Amino acid sequence: MALTIAVCIKPVPDSEYYNKITIDPVTKRLNRDGIPTVINSMDKNAIEAALRLREKHGGRVLAFSMAPDTAIENLKRVLAMGVDEAYLCSDRVLGGADTWATSYTLYKAIEKTGPVDLVIMGNQTEDGGTAQVPSQLGEWMGVPHLANVIALDYEDGGMVVKTKADRGTIRYSLKLPAVLAVTRDCNEPRIPSVMDILKVGKKPMRILRAQDLDLNPDFIGIKGSPTQAGEIYSPDMSRKSEALVGDPDEIALRILDELRKAGISIG
Amino acid sequence: MDLENCRGIMVYCEIDVCGIIDNSLELIGHANTLKEKMEHYPEVTAVIIGSDVGSLITVAARHGADRVIMMDNPRYRVYRPDLYSDALAAAAEKYRPEILLVGASLSGEEIGPTVAMKLHTGMAAHCVELKIRDDGQFVQVVPAFGGKVLGDILCPGFRPQMASMKAGMVSKRIFEGKVAEIESFDPDVRGFGDRLQVIETIPETRKRVSLSNAELVVTGGFGIGTQEGWDKLEHMAELLHGVSTCTRPALDAGWTDKEETMVGTSGVAIKPKVYLGFGVSGAAHHTCGIKGAGLIISVNRDANAPIFEVSDFKVVSDWEAIVNAITARLEATSAVCPDPDRA
Repeated sequence: MALTIAVCIKPVPDSEYYNKITIDPVTKRLNRDGIPTVINSMDKNAIEAALRLREKHGGRVLAFSMAPDTAIENLKRVLAMGVDEAYLCSDRVLGGADTWATSYTLYKAIEKTGPVDLVIMGNQTEDGGTAQVPSQLGEWMGVPHLANVIALDYEDGGMVVKTKADRGTIRYSLKLPAVLAVTRDCNEPRIPSVMDILKVGKKPMRILRAQDLDLNPDFIGIKGSPTQAGEIYSPDMSRKSEALVGDPDEIALRILDELRKAGISIG
Repeated sequence: MDLENCRGIMVYCEIDVCGIIDNSLELIGHANTLKEKMEHYPEVTAVIIGSDVGSLITVAARHGADRVIMMDNPRYRVYRPDLYSDALAAAAEKYRPEILLVGASLSGEEIGPTVAMKLHTGMAAHCVELKIRDDGQFVQVVPAFGGKVLGDILCPGFRPQMASMKAGMVSKRIFEGKVAEIESFDPDVRGFGDRLQVIETIPETRKRVSLSNAELVVTGGFGIGTQEGWDKLEHMAELLHGVSTCTRPALDAGWTDKEETMVGTSGVAIKPKVYLGFGVSGAAHHTCGIKGAGLIISVNRDANAPIFEVSDFKVVSDWEAIVNAITARLEATSAVCPDPDRA
């Protein structure tokens, strides 16, 4: 059976630049000027997993993202990797959504574009890192869902999935449709070639506004989010940063001395 | 769930072969700290889901549970996220807590958000701090951008207010001789039925490294550079009777396979007396996990490495020179005579 697979994508600030993120002391807002936006790392593993299933079993891979219009650039990259179609849910009223409202919006977008057999997502994002949206999307869809997926395959009309557990691994079988959240252990994402990038322009990409999605206005954006964001701050973790100098042996003695003073028994 | 008639704090107890995991026991202890600041001094309720788990009641009580909800049924013998989520959601619906806490373990990350959806409530993930404000509002502090930024999360309009927390963020508390009220609860829970099946559970055979009681932690970062270097660092850590830990880049490089020793927001938070870091650059992801250390000493070749800002002592040097010198000192003092007759 050919599979219709949805992958969900989140554009995030590049984690290489996290040390440049500051909080404006007056407005108390996050300042992330000049920090590039990239596709969340594990979302690339999700795309790769979907593409491999398509290559083996046939079908289509559709990407969904809820983000501002600028995310078009990130979705071009997703299409270059080999995804067939991309949908961007972008609307002011969707902004400020927590995982509950985000998963609802993604659910409605996926529903709008037609039934899918499988949804694959990155297990967590680099910026917020809640790891909550995949499970919550599965609940909205009313289908089995698993997180921490490290291997997956389609067999006999269902998925056979291996997940990382707290003390080992678990193998599951799931009937479709289903939602799977994959980790970086799942695969090595491909890097698009120049030819792949040239094909992007021919692929369908559509921006979906709130009015296109039959949304319950009480379930979206800030209003639809059970959680509210309060104050943000940068934790001050700075310590005295006293330099230990000398030749390596002198420094080694100083370190051992400090360990003893701190109550570590040595030798 | 609506706001009416919700009371107290519920803690989900995760179980492994040794019993209730530390992560859950820590949360029961912390729930007691929270309740002391809450109006009416409400109950702390532990929910135990499993098969043949009656012996765990006293453990939950000793760590601070006022009441234990026993969901003891053979259907919970093998972990299945859908069944466990249904069970916990049913318990929350019946007992109506104001706050529901879950350990941010891998299974907690499956169960927590699923339960939040079922109950139509909010959840804050991987909290670094949970507190009751003076006006009574429950405040959940979450890290963003790998811990570079912290933000308060509130959930004033929905119940229960759900939060997850990683192991090691708060300490266990012991309530010697405490006796908990016990209630059995066995709702008809079906999950996704035969749409989700466990084929097999493959337990990990390797003994996991425990960091909860480590007094000295030696962390290697990406700057270690080679497997040979890594082995050298681990050797020094052994001589110091310290525990070796790693950063995400060092783990990804494959020098160690002990994922449970990865320190930081996506790994564990540690509170040793001393943290010794070698070749660690100090990304926010990592430093967020070491702020509880008594003393932080770091060695890095790069004088501008961010790790130095959060260190008590810094050494701008090639890591290997310092490790060699410490190792030489330790081997000299601990040298024992190889001939037992002459010892």
